[in-house]
Amino acid sequence: MAKPQRMRLNVNGGHHIITVDPDMPLLYALRNDIGLNNPHFGCGLAQCGACTVHVNGKATRSCVTPVGSVKGKKIVTLTGLGTPEKPHPVQKAFLDEQVPQCGYCVNGWIMTAAEMLNKNPKLNDRQIREGLSGLKCRCGTHLAIHRAVKRAAKAMAS
Amino acid sequence: MTKMKSPQDFAFSRRDLMRGAGALVVTAAGTSVGGRKARAALGSKVKPALHPAELDSFIHIGADGKVTAFFGKMDMGQGVDVAISQIVAEELDVTYAKVTTLLSDTGTSVNQGGASGSFAIKRGGHAMRHIAAEARRVLVEEAAKQLGVKPMALRVDDGVVSVKGNPRKKISYAEILQGRYFNHKLKWNKKYGNRLFSRGPAKPKSYKEYKVVGKPYPRIDVAGKVYGTSDFVTDIKVPGMVHGRVIHPEKAGTKIKSVDASSIKHIKGAQVVRQKDFLAVVADTEWDAVQAARDLKVTWTPSPKPFTKQKDLYNHIRKARVIKKKLDTNKGDVDGAFKSAAKVIEAEFEFPFQSHASMGPACAVVDTTSNPVMLWTGSQKAHYTAEGVERILKLKPGSVRGIWVPGPGSYGRNDAGDAAMQAAVLSKAVGKPVRVQGMRHEGTAWDPKNPASVHRCRAALDAKGNVLAYEFMSKAFDRQNVRSNESKPRDNLAGQALGVKLKPRTFFRSPEDIYTMPARRLGWEVIPPFLDRYSPLRTSHLRDPIGPQIHFASDQFHDMLAEEAGLDPVEYRLKYLVSKRDRDLIEAVAKKSGWQKRVGPNKGERGNILRGRGIGYALRSGCRVAIVSEVEVNKKTGKIWARKFTVSHDCGLIINPDGLTRTIHGNVGMAVSRILHEEVNFDEEMVTSVDWVSYPIVESPDAPEDIDVVLINRPDKPAQGAGEGSTRPVSGAVANAFYDATGVRMMRAPLSVERVKAALAKAKA
Repeated sequence: MAKPQRMRLNVNGGHHIITVDPDMPLLYALRNDIGLNNPHFGCGLAQCGACTVHVNGKATRSCVTPVGSVKGKKIVTLTGLGTPEKPHPVQKAFLDEQVPQCGYCVNGWIMTAAEMLNKNPKLNDRQIREGLSGLKCRCGTHLAIHRAVKRAAKAMAS
Repeated sequence: MTKMKSPQDFAFSRRDLMRGAGALVVTAAGTSVGGRKARAALGSKVKPALHPAELDSFIHIGADGKVTAFFGKMDMGQGVDVAISQIVAEELDVTYAKVTTLLSDTGTSVNQGGASGSFAIKRGGHAMRHIAAEARRVLVEEAAKQLGVKPMALRVDDGVVSVKGNPRKKISYAEILQGRYFNHKLKWNKKYGNRLFSRGPAKPKSYKEYKVVGKPYPRIDVAGKVYGTSDFVTDIKVPGMVHGRVIHPEKAGTKIKSVDASSIKHIKGAQVVRQKDFLAVVADTEWDAVQAARDLKVTWTPSPKPFTKQKDLYNHIRKARVIKKKLDTNKGDVDGAFKSAAKVIEAEFEFPFQSHASMGPACAVVDTTSNPVMLWTGSQKAHYTAEGVERILKLKPGSVRGIWVPGPGSYGRNDAGDAAMQAAVLSKAVGKPVRVQGMRHEGTAWDPKNPASVHRCRAALDAKGNVLAYEFMSKAFDRQNVRSNESKPRDNLAGQALGVKLKPRTFFRSPEDIYTMPARRLGWEVIPPFLDRYSPLRTSHLRDPIGPQIHFASDQFHDMLAEEAGLDPVEYRLKYLVSKRDRDLIEAVAKKSGWQKRVGPNKGERGNILRGRGIGYALRSGCRVAIVSEVEVNKKTGKIWARKFTVSHDCGLIINPDGLTRTIHGNVGMAVSRILHEEVNFDEEMVTSVDWVSYPIVESPDAPEDIDVVLINRPDKPAQGAGEGSTRPVSGAVANAFYDATGVRMMRAPLSVERVKAALAKAKA
């Protein structure tokens, strides 16, 4: 257990000063020290994606990212990605397609798809299916997920 | 984002709880509506105590005319709350937008059984339909008095009661009640849970008058999930809350020899809680608790090696002592038919243990310092879970308020109930509110499993291949070694660690008796568990309990019999199914999928990718589903892509076709994962499936690309549950499609890459 350190995190455009073990995963800092509940603990092993946030625009599994490693970097969570008033196209598409059932995993799919489409919205169906591998959904909503990501891709490419 | 919740936020004194006053209900008696002061003759200012015989325990109409339905069940993303609002709006004659349904909370709803057996609409909706109709009857009767006409002379439009032919003579529900409570008694059948049914003299509407039921209203929880603005149970925080982590034995069946509490002294504030075999750590922060659980040095007794080697699982089942046996169906002269048969066909099928493997390990928060004691749980059955917390804490009935908050996954008796009992024990031990959540290995290795099974199928044929007798016998682990109802400590890990007496409910179940061979025998045998308590292989309900097992076997066996008789699988099913509802589904799915008729496997397939199609058909508790699966098998990699499904579905009256279609999609998606990927691995000492690598599930590239659904609405027939029915025939349909593609029968599930490669290599040799 490393000595607690005072550090400043840039999350969703705001600054947060927290004093925590720098080896602690970013997930716990976001959820418990900063109070952002949208990344979830699913596995703690980077195997499911429920904890995904963007770090400098890159989809990152916060459950295995030491909080000390993201000092000075730009962190964005699901609530920072978009809001009901100003949604990210992926969020809007997930709403339109009524994707989530239990919804515990959906943070990972949206954050991963958003990064993928932010980089290149002109993806074909196969690239979308492959690009989302490594994420888990227990409710079996993959069909709706694929529809939503295709819908978002279309919106973003036009 | 974080919502700090205190018991005060839930505003419940003991007296309030006894009275059953809902915190969400504001009384505004005596309001003037529309400039006219109506006389408040109906109801009472005080809400009658929460009780199944009280109309107010199910429905409230506010002074603003908005309707709240209190429903003692939960929703895991299929839109149960939307459907209940539709039913209530329909019977009350108000627009859908006026109705909100609040789900499982012991402070606001009576125990209607939680999510269980796909009964939300079938039983819960049935009760709410009658109760809402009674609310309308009471209101219209009062309106008649106030308007000086007979109730028959009145009509209701969006909560406004008016005289037929004289619309200006009117009064609204809001004006009648003025925010007061109905204070009206219902006739209650004296049952709680799924069987709870209350009604008055009112007769619900005919389906011919439906305006709201049958329409595709969208879910209301999606936006909160997509924008990250709604809470899961994992997000609940209460002032002074600390974090608990339970320490399970490293090997199943081992006991604690010693605990070295000094091993966590480097974590400030972390403490060990030990009561008999219950061991946990509690710390001020979640990260401290995670580390304390990781670092705590525990010495365990040697492993008793309670399990067989995994490779011997099915032989173990075959040889094991039978502790209970039952024939669900025994019609005609089965033994005589086998004696006189021209040919006897036999096959055995095997199905593994599977894990709920919920998206996140279960979580619960319990505060024993508040009055009432508070429980926040993701359990499907918050009312029963609250009773379980009362029992494990030895509290009087009614001392715990249990609130359901969406959990990290669901689908049966997963680990949620265990987390609730653990949090209760810990909160009492440390005198603080405690949040418990497991780690991934606990979510996968320590949740209750679906039972592993062997299914012996036999058929007696005459010389033409006609089936004279059909026998289907399962031999399996108990389907509820821990009951799916979580109200007893004996069915929870904490209770078992504390040494409570056990009482498993020993049973299994057969496929429903739908085929009409002259003689049929369908039954089951249950064997003892490997380890009677605190077992990571204890069994309980997983979505569509035992359905995927029995239909993996029975739908494949029926296809074998079809081939034997020289029939196409669709023809065979139509030959032996006589009910119109069954036949309609088979015909609909064949038509919609463009079914290619043939006897035996698709011999035309060449190259590395082999294509095939297969059918499965199941009746489950009134819900009928036919499924055609189309697969592509990669001969080199052994990978099956279950590319497309066509589903025809009859669950009687459809409440919400959109919600139903998505529910079917989810059922199929999850069932594909189970038949192609899922198997709990174990060695003689412990479950070795501990994460998503050792317990893989379906991923994006392998998911179906199309699920085409044909809904057959039967508005004149009672609504049946659809939460699980379309899981049931998937396993058999996929296995039949695989056979069609390859000519190889898969007798053991799942159809994993390794197993497929081995089976194809064996067939070639």
